[in-house]
Amino acid sequence: MTYVITLPCVDLKDKTCIEECPVDCIYEGERMLYIHPDECVDCGACEPVCPVDAIFYEDDLSETDTPFADMAKEMFAGLGSPGGAPRAPKVPDPPFVLGLPPQEHDEV
Amino acid sequence: MEDLRVAVVGSGPAGIYAAAALTAHEDAAVDVIDRLPTPFGLVRYGVAPDHEKMKSVAVALRRVMEHDRVRFLGNIELGADLSVADLHRHYDAIVVANGAAVDRRLGIDGEDLPGSFSATEFVSWYSGHPDSALDKFTLTAGTVIVIGVGNVAIDVARVLLKTARELRTTDIPDHVLAVLSHSQVRDVMIVGRRGPAYAKFTTKELRELGELASADVIVRPAELALDEASEAELADNAVARRNLEVLRAWSERAPQGRPRRLHLRFGLRPTVIHGDACVTGMGFGHGTGPSVHVPADMVLRSVGYRGVPIPGLPFDDERGVVPNAAGRVLSDGAVVPGEYVAGWIKRGPSGIIGTNKHDAAETVRCLLADAPALPRRQVRDPDEIIDVLHQRGVRAVPWQGWEAIEALEIAAGQRRGAKQVKVADRELLLAAALSRPSPGC
Repeated sequence: MTYVITLPCVDLKDKTCIEECPVDCIYEGERMLYIHPDECVDCGACEPVCPVDAIFYEDDLSETDTPFADMAKEMFAGLGSPGGAPRAPKVPDPPFVLGLPPQEHDEV
Repeated sequence: MEDLRVAVVGSGPAGIYAAAALTAHEDAAVDVIDRLPTPFGLVRYGVAPDHEKMKSVAVALRRVMEHDRVRFLGNIELGADLSVADLHRHYDAIVVANGAAVDRRLGIDGEDLPGSFSATEFVSWYSGHPDSALDKFTLTAGTVIVIGVGNVAIDVARVLLKTARELRTTDIPDHVLAVLSHSQVRDVMIVGRRGPAYAKFTTKELRELGELASADVIVRPAELALDEASEAELADNAVARRNLEVLRAWSERAPQGRPRRLHLRFGLRPTVIHGDACVTGMGFGHGTGPSVHVPADMVLRSVGYRGVPIPGLPFDDERGVVPNAAGRVLSDGAVVPGEYVAGWIKRGPSGIIGTNKHDAAETVRCLLADAPALPRRQVRDPDEIIDVLHQRGVRAVPWQGWEAIEALEIAAGQRRGAKQVKVADRELLLAAALSRPSPGC
């Protein structure tokens, strides 16, 4: 179980959560940000600071959002544990995210 | 700019995140000072033993402490071993991040009866804090009332309700595990003075109570009824809405006949703790109706913390914090040069571990902006502080000393099938930390 970033982050990447994360486990892709499920310590610091409410604890995900949890797990299983997002290069967005239509956002 | 030496007082998350932000500045060197021989503050002595994932935040904190320009000075108490004036002599700036050590009281009769404790005392005991007497708790109580509706209340309830077998593979100290294995506790009651909409639990922690193998969770549907103010509170509080969903589901669940029970009660205002020689129960006000008496053998209050004044630093007695503007210490409204605060002593006891990263970064931004104009330290040599302490008969525990403690705890863990088992006794900690291997070994 871990926290998961979902659709509202796509094509927005506000990144306030990155500042807040005490273990630097939030990685940046081209289109959105991703929480590393094994590096996350479940502290919940990111959830309330997200300006677009994109972050949920896995138990609280709606059915339409569960692919975001599965995808993060799969993606980081392939990438291993880079151990600290600030020093890591951008991660490649998985096919599910690449296939999403462009997301429009109001000013936040 | 000249080199900048900073003393950070407190090696909990706030202090270590302050050190992290400082080391990002290449001229800065930091001594992190703690009154205990062990680092990590509430990560070690507050996060519950069974929250292993949360405790792994220590991995990130350790990386900071192992930085070339960071030094650990454990076993050194500000106000006792070193004064604020000493720190000014040896450092260009001071960041105090020593937390909020004292619990708030209920202010009702009977609070000092044997059997009435603060949740902090219980947490310190089961976390193996060296200030906590090993035999502080015996758990001969059958019913325990926990006053307060935050995550600390949940932690203490969960530790009381889990079996010793379930906690065996955590870092919980041996003497605590022994007491838990003979625990008489059958009923734990978490009590909130207001309705469920005002509970401060995070949903994840609340939900965990429903997964206890050894305890049924009991919620009275009538106590979940919402008044107008509660509805308004829920409208802009997503966490409270999710909490209420969890509570409602439990209120419809039939007890499974498990050996222990957790009761979550709302709308009960503590008025008195009853008992002659020791606690026998509590009285509560209940709306406008007659008062309610609940028999109990032990009471744990968990209604917040406050900081304690540090000799030589201003203090806001009302709020229990050091008065400050964005981390700059204020005395009668004026900035005190070179003095800063971070964490709970700065903002009060709120937020979670991650909150301190942001909070400490704000303080360090102020410090670095002020740095060029700060009066410089008189003593340039960083080792002189160690000599000063030595002359006072105090030995600072270095980072290698902590590593020796850790090695001892890992060895203790192997005997129990745990990764690490905490050593609580201060003398043992110091003996491990300060014993010097002979040269060549």
